[in-house]
Amino acid sequence: MIAIAETLDYDEVLEHFDPVLGLEVHVELNTNTKMFCGCANVFGGEPNTHVCPTCLGLPGALPVMNARGVESAIRIGLALNCEIAPWCRFARKNYFYPDMPKNFQTSQYDEPIAFDGYLDVALDDGEVVRVGIERAHMEEDTGKSLHVGGATGRIHGAEHSLLDYNRAGVPLIEIVTKPIEGMGHRAPEVARAYVTALRELMLALGVSDVRMDQGSMRCDANISLMPKGASEFGTRTETKNVNSLRSVERAVRYEMTRQAAVLRDGGSITQETRHFQEADGSTSAGRPKETSEDYRYFPEPDLVPIAPSREWVDELRGTLPELPWERRKRIQDEWGLTDEETRDLFNTGAADLVALTVDAGAPVAEARSWWVQYLTQQANTREIELAELPITPAQVARVIALIAEGTLTHKLAREVVQGVLAGEGDPDEVIADRGLQVVSDDSALLAAVDEALAAQPDVVEKIKGGKVQAAGAIVGAVMKATKGQADAKRVRELVLERCQ
Amino acid sequence: MIKQTAAELAARIHAGEISSVDVTQAHLDRITKVDDQLNAFLHVDAEGALAAAAKVDADVAAGKPPVSPLAGVPLALKDVMTTKGVPTTCGSKTLEGWLPPYDATVTRKLREAGVPILGKTNMDEFAMGSSTENSAYGPTRNPWDTSRIPGGSGGGSSAAIASFEAPLAIGTDTGGSIRQPGAVTGTVGVKPTYGGVSRYGLVAFSSSLDQAGPCARTVLDAALLHEIIAGHDPMDSTSINAPVPNVVEAAKQGANGDLTGVKVGVVTEFSGEGYQQGVLDSFQAAVEQLRALGAEVVEISCPSFDYALPAYYLIAPSECSSNLARFDAMRYGLRVGDDGDHSAEDVMSASREAGFGAEVKRRIMIGTYALSSGYYDAYYGSAQQVRTLITRDFAAAYEQVDVLVSPTTPTTAFKIGERVDDPMAMYLADLCTIPANLAGNAAMSVPSGLADGLPVGLQIMAPALADDRMYRVAAAYESARGPVLNEIPEL
Repeated sequence: MIAIAETLDYDEVLEHFDPVLGLEVHVELNTNTKMFCGCANVFGGEPNTHVCPTCLGLPGALPVMNARGVESAIRIGLALNCEIAPWCRFARKNYFYPDMPKNFQTSQYDEPIAFDGYLDVALDDGEVVRVGIERAHMEEDTGKSLHVGGATGRIHGAEHSLLDYNRAGVPLIEIVTKPIEGMGHRAPEVARAYVTALRELMLALGVSDVRMDQGSMRCDANISLMPKGASEFGTRTETKNVNSLRSVERAVRYEMTRQAAVLRDGGSITQETRHFQEADGSTSAGRPKETSEDYRYFPEPDLVPIAPSREWVDELRGTLPELPWERRKRIQDEWGLTDEETRDLFNTGAADLVALTVDAGAPVAEARSWWVQYLTQQANTREIELAELPITPAQVARVIALIAEGTLTHKLAREVVQGVLAGEGDPDEVIADRGLQVVSDDSALLAAVDEALAAQPDVVEKIKGGKVQAAGAIVGAVMKATKGQADAKRVRELVLERCQ
Repeated sequence: MIKQTAAELAARIHAGEISSVDVTQAHLDRITKVDDQLNAFLHVDAEGALAAAAKVDADVAAGKPPVSPLAGVPLALKDVMTTKGVPTTCGSKTLEGWLPPYDATVTRKLREAGVPILGKTNMDEFAMGSSTENSAYGPTRNPWDTSRIPGGSGGGSSAAIASFEAPLAIGTDTGGSIRQPGAVTGTVGVKPTYGGVSRYGLVAFSSSLDQAGPCARTVLDAALLHEIIAGHDPMDSTSINAPVPNVVEAAKQGANGDLTGVKVGVVTEFSGEGYQQGVLDSFQAAVEQLRALGAEVVEISCPSFDYALPAYYLIAPSECSSNLARFDAMRYGLRVGDDGDHSAEDVMSASREAGFGAEVKRRIMIGTYALSSGYYDAYYGSAQQVRTLITRDFAAAYEQVDVLVSPTTPTTAFKIGERVDDPMAMYLADLCTIPANLAGNAAMSVPSGLADGLPVGLQIMAPALADDRMYRVAAAYESARGPVLNEIPEL
């Protein structure tokens, strides 16, 4: 049983301390093949099916650099406003671990491919914070260990472990921030916003699918506190296993409150790795390090140095897509949105979807309204990302068109969308199968209108007497009789015609 | 038949006068007869070799041209090269029973060239040593005197050739492991330019120094084998993407015995204390012979060569400490202590303790220390600087001369057991051979006669990618000097 650590009230933390953050984000590149061999770079698969002598670390096997991986690294560096090294090397990071085939990780040490950049990050209220980038370097992923028989799924207490090397050698870019200081109470939000912005950037570059749930984007958060007014950083902890954007914010907040409680009681922070617990948002101490790791880095002799030419770097600079913040600005201008509307559009992750819906023929206002409001609610209810909803922009555009042409009311349209989300097919199929079309056949409607008028002769008299608003009662009765499928406007017209 | 050169055997096989199967069988019979005395082979693959030979014979019978100039001529392969489905131990307990799932590029090229592979030869464990005494499977003995070492680490390959168990062999040379065994067994050993032969499938000892090369009884045979195994390999990033120097043509040209216009530099650092008088006498005679062939001989000083040995014994162990980390019992090889009570870390530790011999452990410890934080600059960093100085000394020398010469090794073969307790004395065997590895240049050893009844080697060094130069000089010297191996005692 893990003892629950004491925490300090968040506001009290900020009265006494300034938080300092350092974020290390690993991004798995979506190259076709692994970084140093020809094996397929795909998520999952039967264990140990995407392996070869090189990524299994068999005796005698050698690495060969994936040029596309280097290209992606340079593009990421450029998008992060970094310097691109004119000459750099891979280095070996030596340590023993069963899921690391060679017992060294091919990485970069003092010669990263990209360094000294920044990323501008928009917070929830629109304020923009500049986060400094220390470096972005290339490395390879490890395999995966599955610890069987223990209570925690961790290596301690496990009866045995299974090893899957499918992921071993998958290209990774590690992006390290400079210390993020002076954020005060907004530190957790800045952490989340930074990772969010980085994620959007990777998507825009098309270099990774950045699925935090599948580990193709992973964040380690270094957090320390220093007493207000101090200039020297406090001892930091490194929280790993932070696997969602929300968790990044929670982990930072929790660590701040935990460390503050320790410091308030006169204790000192242990420099250690901590694990984030998704269930209660806390962090727990990893295995204490008896000695500090010495990775004995040295230049990788099996690979040749990388010397990207100026021409190549310039060419890659030319291939950079519109970056997320540029796009945000452009969309706001083009669509004439307010700051608040723009924020909602991007915070809900709806921008791409709205754009595609507009491309499919829908007006911007309707497309935005559907995605940002109704569909966002649906995604939230299902606890999935908006883009993961089983409905396409084309389907949404079709629903909007059907409303415009009067085939659907808004109420019916929502039912159609529910049908699409339930996997019943395209909007037209759902309409046909559920019989949801607006009743526009006047003869059918007239029968219902006449029936309602006959049932309420007193109302008919009132209408005939000039009290037109009394028609509402008849319209309501017709709508009830037609189970809401009638076009209320048309029903009203028919009622008034009959009462003339 | 077994005393013929590879070139002669190839000509006769391709002419249909003899069959490759007969030639291969004759060598297998020789191995059966004498290898008990030598222990040159760790594994003999009679079936695989005869099958490859039969294929060559079928081609000849069908009138097809030979797939390579050495098609049908059998060969012994150092056990550091992976062979698909055939044991590859690197002379270590840790790889006992391991069957590689893939062929090294050198192995593949040999198979494609129709070269039957007789088996895998003994070596110092993971190529660390100068006597083959560090093999976990017992030392190889020198066919000139079975109480003596055959050199190392590739003692098995050189002993196999010297004893006529094979006409050709493959070695690997990290600090002299082809040339020094060549010298002490009276055979030819070549370390090509670094990057000239693919390292893919060569189980790494020191990645920036390791280089595979040919072992043969004549310079021409070595050149023929060199051409088959050399060339750019996309699987090895350090492989040079340039045409292979025309070594066969150079060997043939050299055989006419004329070295007019060739400038030879004698490295002054490689003489004096620690050098056996007989070795120095043989070297002097060789230099005179080169002069007699028309070469211009000058003395060249390469002062940084004095630091080559200590630099090597920092760089090679550093790289080996990392390269050998993969032997952790998780995926292949010896596993000890897996009883359900011990952690993976314990099993790794126990397996490495049981699987590695003393010299391998010594070098892993030296290398781990040299790379440690706080010591890196003083050890590994300084050694790399020495390496740069050595490369510069070579470059300056090659502005004045075409090739450099020295004794290959300071002494003739020493007695088995004589130096096992004195690593420093053992390391001195590679004093003259190490600089070429550190600079990535080409170098070879060619027999220069006997001293006190034991073979001595002449080392000829050439700039990177100028391997053909040393072949020409070696072939000219060989033609003047005459054979050495005809004086070897019968086993």
